[in-house]
Amino acid sequence: MEIIVNGKKIQLPGPISVGPLLALEQVRMPEMVSVELNGRILRREEFDRTILGTGDQVEFLYFMGGGA
Amino acid sequence: MSLTEQQILRYSRQLILEQVGGRGQQRLLSGKVLIIGAGGLGSPAALYLAAAGIGTIGIADCDNVDITNLQRQVIHHAEDLGRPKVESAAARIRAINPDVRVRTYGFRVCAANVMELVRDYDFVIDGTDNFAAKFLINDACVLANRPFSHAGILRFEGQLMTILPGRSACYRCVFRQPPPAGAVPNCAQAGVLGPVAGVIGCLQAIEAIKFLLGIEGLLTDVILTYNALPVEFRKIPVHQMADCPVCGKDPVITAPMDSDQPICDMEGSK
Ligand SMILES: [Zn+2]
Repeated sequence: MEIIVNGKKIQLPGPISVGPLLALEQVRMPEMVSVELNGRILRREEFDRTILGTGDQVEFLYFMGGGA
Repeated sequence: MSLTEQQILRYSRQLILEQVGGRGQQRLLSGKVLIIGAGGLGSPAALYLAAAGIGTIGIADCDNVDITNLQRQVIHHAEDLGRPKVESAAARIRAINPDVRVRTYGFRVCAANVMELVRDYDFVIDGTDNFAAKFLINDACVLANRPFSHAGILRFEGQLMTILPGRSACYRCVFRQPPPAGAVPNCAQAGVLGPVAGVIGCLQAIEAIKFLLGIEGLLTDVILTYNALPVEFRKIPVHQMADCPVCGKDPVITAPMDSDQPICDMEGSK
């Protein structure tokens, strides 16, 4: 199964929910990112029940607090 | 009011741009931009906005220039060490362009003063370095209906988005609330390359200029991310959320509030 994460294709053995994908992509804590699935920002409660399928486009938007 | 001969020379390289011209330059000269944070992002933004002839530039920052600032905060010089940042920034802006009126706010921007502050300006640039301030500025600008540029930087990366309140996604539409303290490192802990701040701060200045000129194609409903290591720019589309706590249909945030969350502290790790 192929999905697109942050613009790059990745291969997965089968369907996976957003929670485990975060772990797979080495996001240490779900609080570190906002997750957008096919253009829609997911609520955190949805992470574990949202199953990704072939062709889904996922964006991890990282909190970036710096500026000074 | 028409341009003086000196102004025609000074701005000649942008006056010849079809999208600027004499009328556009007048717009810039009567424009007011507030820069909150005279640091890594605010420095390049302020320098370029001054050079472009933005008529009024406000600078808000409560810090003094420190030696650790000089690696990236290019508006401050070695001779400014210990000086309030608003003073050294104002001096540099005036030195670049006497057309610019500089207003300085040498205090901490907080819930009690932010609305009054942003209301005086046409466009706001968020150059702050912590989530409490970034969410405060988002809420105030949305509530006061002031367009602004949000940005953040860390290590070799930066990102920004422009918000036209009520018309495009706001910072909270994407990042609902500040991350828990310690979840995300800041630049003091994780570091940042100076020119990365320069790239993002310059992009913020461009957004301000485009807004004042009425040029289409602002970074609205999109987050532009920049990664200097593989050298990659990406535009990620985002949308206004009906349930956004501040710009949604039934907002729960109706006044700016100070966060009691401390600026995150942890050893940098992603
Ligand atoms: Zn919003």
